[in-house]
Amino acid sequence: MVAVRVLGVLGVLWVLSMVVFAMMYLAPGDLVKNLLGNRPSTPEAIAAVREQYRLDDSVVEQYLHWLGGVLTGDLGQSIRLQVPVIDAIGDRLPLTAALSALAFLIAVAVAVPLGVRSAVKAGGWLDRIGGALAVLGLSAPTFAVGLVLLYLFAYYVPIFPIYGGGDGGLDTLRHLVLPAVTLALGLGAIIVKLTRTAMLRELESDYVTFARARGLSPRVVNRLALRNAAIPIVTGASLVLTFLVGGTVLAETTFALPGLGTLLQDSVLFKDLPVVQSLTLFVAAVIAVIALLADVAYLLLDPRVRRQMGAAS
Amino acid sequence: MTVRISELSVVGPAGVMVEPLSATVEPGATLALIGESGSGKTLTAKSLVGLLPRGFTATGAAEVGGVALPLAGGESAWRAIRGRTASLLLQDPFTSLSPVHRCGDQIAWTVEAATGSRLARSERDAVVEARLAEVKLPARAARAYPHQLSGGMRQRVAIAAALASDPQLLIADEPTTALDASNQAEILDLLRAVQVERRLSVILISHDLGVVRGRTDQVLVMREGHVVERGETASVLAAPSHPYTGALIEADPVVAAQSGTRLSPAQPVEGELVVRVMGLEKSFGTHRVLDDVSLDVSRGEILGIVGESGSGKSTLARCVAGLEHEDGGTISIDGVALAPGRASRTPDQMQIVFQDPYSSLNPMMSVGAILAEALRVAGRDASEVDGLLETVGLPAQFVRKRPAQLSGGQRQRVAIARALAPRPRLLICDESVSALDVSVQADILRLLAGLRDELGIAVMFISHDLAVVRMIADSVVVMWNGRVVERGECRDVLTAPTHEYTRLLVAAALRENTAPQIGRE
Repeated sequence: MVAVRVLGVLGVLWVLSMVVFAMMYLAPGDLVKNLLGNRPSTPEAIAAVREQYRLDDSVVEQYLHWLGGVLTGDLGQSIRLQVPVIDAIGDRLPLTAALSALAFLIAVAVAVPLGVRSAVKAGGWLDRIGGALAVLGLSAPTFAVGLVLLYLFAYYVPIFPIYGGGDGGLDTLRHLVLPAVTLALGLGAIIVKLTRTAMLRELESDYVTFARARGLSPRVVNRLALRNAAIPIVTGASLVLTFLVGGTVLAETTFALPGLGTLLQDSVLFKDLPVVQSLTLFVAAVIAVIALLADVAYLLLDPRVRRQMGAAS
Repeated sequence: MTVRISELSVVGPAGVMVEPLSATVEPGATLALIGESGSGKTLTAKSLVGLLPRGFTATGAAEVGGVALPLAGGESAWRAIRGRTASLLLQDPFTSLSPVHRCGDQIAWTVEAATGSRLARSERDAVVEARLAEVKLPARAARAYPHQLSGGMRQRVAIAAALASDPQLLIADEPTTALDASNQAEILDLLRAVQVERRLSVILISHDLGVVRGRTDQVLVMREGHVVERGETASVLAAPSHPYTGALIEADPVVAAQSGTRLSPAQPVEGELVVRVMGLEKSFGTHRVLDDVSLDVSRGEILGIVGESGSGKSTLARCVAGLEHEDGGTISIDGVALAPGRASRTPDQMQIVFQDPYSSLNPMMSVGAILAEALRVAGRDASEVDGLLETVGLPAQFVRKRPAQLSGGQRQRVAIARALAPRPRLLICDESVSALDVSVQADILRLLAGLRDELGIAVMFISHDLAVVRMIADSVVVMWNGRVVERGECRDVLTAPTHEYTRLLVAAALRENTAPQIGRE
């Protein structure tokens, strides 16, 4: 069953690779000029580009050549940076990965307990504050939140740096706190709402009534309900995780972080096609893997799904 | 350890839900609370463990073995009481256990809550094994998830979990209603045996008089929050003094089965053949659900199909209705064979009425819109809605109501009216009365019998309870493990069952005690 899902993911990525390859032809303007970038358009340079991208071959051959490169890690040369794309991405990836992980961690660590408390004491003060925060987090644009945080915690109360990615280690972590909090607010808002709704439903259920009737402590009862609510929460969390990928562009721009988001932005502005293609494919692959992991998580969380899978295979 | 309840009353947002009620339950004795939905019996039960819904409060006094229950108290006051003094067993073993935790853990939690300390691994296993043994389950059930057990086994686990903290009072709220008839007596007898062993006081809540008979000592009959009758169970059932009690007894299919009353003529009417099912086969994966099933239904005949969950009776109904594709065999209507699936069928051939009228009607549509839609599909004029309502015994004003404003019985009548819109040759009722109160159930059964007599419609009536089927069916098919194990006229099957399994169903229909009368002093 999992094998079928993996095959499905590979199929989706294959189709996407064709779309991504087609981007080269869909981009406005002359293809050769786009690929040349700001290099002088001498006949030699044009010939070199035509040779490099095999523009004289048929489209199918071009695609297969390109795909072969992608599969072997040769993503081409960045037009803007004049370095291999794999290096351009490789340099920026750790920062973006750290930012996303930190944002996700903060969001989950705050939002899940807050959602649980909101549901257990529905209508209480914590529920109201949590609800208000969630509306704020959902409606405030990432860059606006980022700017407000910058003013507050980097300018008026300068406890965090204003821009940049730091020098690695703890310094980088310090640089990532504000952007991560910015992203976490939007993420957490959704997770709070999801957790609260899922918990409310579970708390209404018979097994919670039965657990309370047997004298189980509120702590045990809540844990029991949360364990059952975990399935919708994990689904929701995996969805917002994919949303995070787009969010990093805004956060990295606001905080001037040298991550994949800013790389994508610059590359799009510069029409740096090989980088845009590679990043698009990379993001698609990440999203597909997250969805796959969510499916595997169901297997771990729900014995009934395990049985169905067992029966189907 | 006597349980004393005095002047217990429950007030809700809409006023007094349970009028002051007093009762005493001796150790080892069972008090039955009988009533239909809305009678306040479940609120009474929940008030005794402090689990009333938001907005409801209890007043009065109750004590168990000298310990006063904090009826008006908060969570913290109740925590010391729940489990250790009083415990509540719920109706549906499919939902009362957490689906993602192993049964053994769920039993162990109760023990840990009562002792206030976590158990060591080995100690915990031993305790759980002992608790499972008490409810006659093997030790390996501890490792199972609830979905891996049958309904009866699940309810045994729930009983073990409810009793693991050794309470003195167990409140059992319809503990067998969600189970197959054949499991009901088993669970009730188990409960009785455990109760005698532990000298446990039990309050048994039920709408089913068959459950109460022979298994309870005292009975309170409740209606709209009032106790209308009380006394020794045997004498109340034998000679009810309140007309409501009398009506309940009369409506009860088990009582009818015991006395022999029926809603159908003794001799079925001979009619032309409407549906013929021949050698039907169906498998889900490697699991064979239908194995060479054949049956006939004639005009003006109600064919009862009896079996427990997993017997294949619902799959059979769904194959006939085209909702499921059969693997082999033929289904023919009026002599014309139908290909599997919906595409080969027209609405005027057959219609199906499901079990749950709460979910089978679109809550956003009015009754009139629901019926008008069904009439339009059948090519009939929307002006016939009133006539349709009249057929099922509902007044014309119901056109503007929405399903949420109707009672369960009224909703099921609307569902039947919708099914009748295309003037079907065959009506399939899949557990259509199982979710209803007995008196409502009796009304719906009378309605179906009337439709058969007036419209000459053929009916496939599916139920797990032979007591209900025998009230109304002309002939009966008994299904077991996907096969027909017995068939014949309703009367013969009940009085002279030939198959072992049918004998079991007959005993269950009469709610006969499988164990001898125990616990009487």
